[in-house]
Amino acid sequence: MQQSPLQDMDAPIAEFRAVTKRFGAVVAAEGLDLAIRRGEFLSFLGPSGCGKTTALRMLAGFEEPSEGEVLLDGQRVDGLPAHRRPVNMVFQHYALFPHMGVADNIAYGLRQRRPRPSGAEIARAVDRALETVRLEGYGGRRIWELSGGQQQRVALARAIVNEPKLLLLDEPMAALDRKLRRDMQIELQGLQRSLGITFVLVTHDQEEALSMSDRIVIMRGGRIVQVGSPRDLYDAPRDRYVADFVGKSNFFPGRIEGADGAEARLAVAGGQVIAGRPRRAFSEGQAAVASIRPEQVALLRPGQGVGLPVRVLTGIFLGEHTEYLVRHEDLGEFLAHVPRQAEAAQGRFAPGDEAIAAWPEGAALILGDD
Amino acid sequence: MARRRIGATLLLAPAGLWLLAMLVLPLVVVLVFSFGERGPAGGYAPAFTLANFLNLGSRGAAFRNTLVLAPLGTLACLLIAYPLAYVLAMRVGERWRTVLLVLVIVPFWTSILIRTYAWIFLLGGQGIPKLLGWLGLGQPMLINTPFSVLVGIVYGYLPLMVFPIYVSLERLDKRLLEAADDLGAPPWRSFWQITLPLSLPGVATGCLLVFILLMGEFLIPAMLGGGKVFFVGNALVDLFLQSRNWAFGSAVAMALVVVMLVTVTVYMRLMRRWGGGRDDVALM
Repeated sequence: MQQSPLQDMDAPIAEFRAVTKRFGAVVAAEGLDLAIRRGEFLSFLGPSGCGKTTALRMLAGFEEPSEGEVLLDGQRVDGLPAHRRPVNMVFQHYALFPHMGVADNIAYGLRQRRPRPSGAEIARAVDRALETVRLEGYGGRRIWELSGGQQQRVALARAIVNEPKLLLLDEPMAALDRKLRRDMQIELQGLQRSLGITFVLVTHDQEEALSMSDRIVIMRGGRIVQVGSPRDLYDAPRDRYVADFVGKSNFFPGRIEGADGAEARLAVAGGQVIAGRPRRAFSEGQAAVASIRPEQVALLRPGQGVGLPVRVLTGIFLGEHTEYLVRHEDLGEFLAHVPRQAEAAQGRFAPGDEAIAAWPEGAALILGDD
Repeated sequence: MARRRIGATLLLAPAGLWLLAMLVLPLVVVLVFSFGERGPAGGYAPAFTLANFLNLGSRGAAFRNTLVLAPLGTLACLLIAYPLAYVLAMRVGERWRTVLLVLVIVPFWTSILIRTYAWIFLLGGQGIPKLLGWLGLGQPMLINTPFSVLVGIVYGYLPLMVFPIYVSLERLDKRLLEAADDLGAPPWRSFWQITLPLSLPGVATGCLLVFILLMGEFLIPAMLGGGKVFFVGNALVDLFLQSRNWAFGSAVAMALVVVMLVTVTVYMRLMRRWGGGRDDVALM
């Protein structure tokens, strides 16, 4: 891995070029094209079996693509075994070496280098790594003496001590409890900013991906569906799958009644028509779906506004807002998030209450239904 | 608390009584006999003398053979069993693994006596030496040598070594090997640094099992050693059943117990040190 001094900092740190991976007859990843930017926090998001872990393992060198090229820092690495790639991974269950202490675990990667760094250099680097993950003084501990959260930090230290070009994280938070996970997410994000290492995270937890990533790659059935910032994906999902996976949404299926570039009109159940921004070109009569985020749906007392008459079925208090499940005669059931301020003004809704559901113009997105 | 203690006592009672009757009492008898004399018509006559212990040197060859061939046999078993167990646990697919594991056990389906008997023919004048003679490689004497005893030992004890090692390798978390690979260790280095240390409990168990059983072995040297290569076990058979000198036989038996205790203690100390203070390496 020769690194040229006049490196183009805008060149991607890693790339998939038309990468396909098959395991026997099973296609795990198909036609992946992706450039990972230097220093970004990128997440692969999707349900299990979507190919996100396969993508990560091809970066690590545990799997070789069946077709296509994998590049690291401008150089092809497909065919290069994992131990010769300047990439390190934090494993899902940490995979710490149980027969070594904390310091030896962290030093493991440095000790594999040839020429081998001196004992003093290694000790310094290990101490620095322990400090980075806030485990000063834990070098002499045995692995089994540590809590789950501490083991996670050791796994992180063991990877970053090598100053890899890519830090790969395979569902690193899956084994932590909710509170610890939240803390660790914030810490990881801070760490990524301060170290300047490119992080690539694999997760099925959309909240995790949304809160930490600069960009998210949404995968489905081995293919990349959409790549974008958390905001892009939330506000402008490419299709129903993305809208459903990133955040919550209400979907109303129907047929296109009329469409131009800026607005599409969707005929839904019971002769209702929903107008919204189309996310692709539609022709008349085509099946499509309207997507409206619950927080854009306002609930009003009858007579206080214009909208759809609904009946409240349930209300779940979620802290900053209450999630109401309501039912409209034609459109069926959907969700509305009512913020605390609105509740303070008009009072809480009880199951069985009549209400008016309304959303602002432009709140609905018209998406392909596939 | 008291009730729990009574329960534990009851649970331990059968094994405790069994050990008392079958191990402790006989051992005491052997100890008492070892200070006695040979009766006029053989057997035991009460006395208190150290003569039997002072006479142990006359059976020095048996102790020497046992103390050389038992560790050597254990080592030979280990060197052959480890690669086999490694392939079974790490390299073979699910289906073949079962087939091969069964093949390792198959020899146990017939008596060790019959199997060892087969080796007498294989190693005897009409067996492998004759084949080598046809090939113009001379006709080496194979039967009734330390080599033939070693062959018999490896043949008979290999499965006892293979299984504990196989189990420890099979249980080894394969993600650790990926982690080593990821951190820059080529395969052979991750073997030395990860696989081997983590399979030491299996190695220690296998070695201890084979070694202890070998220290008391008498069948294989009797059949494949032809009276020339004999173990302490053969000396005991001879003393108790042939020359009927129970007192001297008891002294030899006590000496074997002491030698065994010393070597096993030293062995466990060493394993514990290598294992970095891990009890599982020494005790499993």
